Amino acid sequence: MIEITDLHKSYGRLEVLKGIDLTVHKGEVISIIGASGSGKSTLLYCVNGLESIQGGKIEVDGIDVHAKGTDLNKLRQRLGMVFQQWNAFPHLTALENVALAPRIVKGLSKGDARAVAERRLVHVGLGDKLDVYPGKLSGGQQQRLAIARALAMEPDYMLFDEATSALDPELVGEVLDTMRLLAEEGMTMMVVTHEMGFARDVSDKVAYFDEGRVEEIGPPEQIFGAPHSEKTRRFLAKVR
Amino acid sequence: MEYTFHWRPVFNRLPDLLEAGLITLEVSALSMVIGIALGLGLALIRMSGNPAIAWFTIGWIEIARNTPALLQLFFFSFGLGAYGIHLTPYMVVLCGMAFNNAGYLAESFRGGFAAIPDTQMKAARSLGMTATQAYLRIIIPQVLRIVYYPMTNQMVWAVLISSLGMLVGFHELAGETQRQAFRSFRLFEFFLVTAVIYYVIVKIIILSSRLIAWRLFRY
Ligand SMILES: Nc1ncnc2c1ncn2[C@@H]1O[C@H](COP(=O)(O)OP(=O)(O)O)[C@@H](O)[C@H]1O
Ligand SMILES: [Mg+2]
Repeated sequence: MIEITDLHKSYGRLEVLKGIDLTVHKGEVISIIGASGSGKSTLLYCVNGLESIQGGKIEVDGIDVHAKGTDLNKLRQRLGMVFQQWNAFPHLTALENVALAPRIVKGLSKGDARAVAERRLVHVGLGDKLDVYPGKLSGGQQQRLAIARALAMEPDYMLFDEATSALDPELVGEVLDTMRLLAEEGMTMMVVTHEMGFARDVSDKVAYFDEGRVEEIGPPEQIFGAPHSEKTRRFLAKVR
Repeated sequence: MEYTFHWRPVFNRLPDLLEAGLITLEVSALSMVIGIALGLGLALIRMSGNPAIAWFTIGWIEIARNTPALLQLFFFSFGLGAYGIHLTPYMVVLCGMAFNNAGYLAESFRGGFAAIPDTQMKAARSLGMTATQAYLRIIIPQVLRIVYYPMTNQMVWAVLISSLGMLVGFHELAGETQRQAFRSFRLFEFFLVTAVIYYVIVKIIILSSRLIAWRLFRY
């Protein structure tokens, strides 16, 4: 379970998150929607400790992410993350991209890491690209590679930060399908997205972010069908 | 008056010249290894933004790049000598060239690091890698590729400026040539042959650099 209570985050004087409360239960998929600049990415960076916080608390399975003694490198193994910018490691083949962290972070043997990596690449439909360098892959393939790379650490949670935003429209589908597959397999996911169709079909809950606050959170039927907040309604009218 | 070439004295001394060529290669290669380590350190310190030591790295880089290499060698011979520190000619050349290489390479490295998007670091850390692992496995291998050709050029440059060693009494290729040439009075012949040897050394460096790049960078 990820439990976020009264989270405050600032960059210098700019307060980006102004008291966020959010709980993600095991097996849930939560989509986070909202205008650009509303703090969605920042929230994900705080959850896996890539960013510090100024107030409140984030607990992952009872572990306080920003407490002094927390071993972040260990904690991050439970939290897979896929970013908006494709960031496959360009100097490594697809297989090496996926096998590296299991080997050097988890301490798997070369053979075991390779086996894990191969299985994960097959899982995301890249079984025929093992020895290909990322430069030869399409954007959609690179994002699926990033998903496989995160999955290879066998995380309990997956954080997606607009994984499809930088893709050509015709490549969005294959990445969303992979994410859908993970959701069906029961992966717990926090998904920042502009794909309203995906949010509606796959999420258990949808949170609408507005200027660093959760303006409204509820099941997709509520958010997309009968939003309680006027701001939510206006945002959705604009993006559709 | 016609100049008549006499090649025999040169060819008799060719083994000495080739041996001195090896010394040139050795001191250049060593000064590169040290220069790469120091240059990497300078770049990392400068990027860390610590003002207390930033001025030191900036000073180093500025002096190395903007003053004659010869004066940098003199600093390690007469300069230190004035303070009672007497280095052997070999050490003078090695230190001076390492200093010079480090200054140039620090700037190449800095450019290399700047060219790697910071999302590479974020991605590595998000997988649970420590900062050190991320640097060693993800960032530095990519930087090395970016600075590979500048590094090759620096190695060529190192071989050529090591000839300044002859002015601080070091018998590398140029110094040894000078010594032999004055003994035999066949200056022109000696320096012509030596120029050819330098040329061959540089060509070998460039060719092997290409070969290594081809083996190393498959992406
Ligand atoms: N590293 C940073 N330094 C300073 N400001 C930042 C940084 N990252 C994000 N911001 C600012 O924080 C706000 C929220 O950004 P972000 O979380 O990326 O929003 P979103 O993902 O919802 O588009 C924006 O105003 C953005 O400019
Ligand atoms: Mg964002």
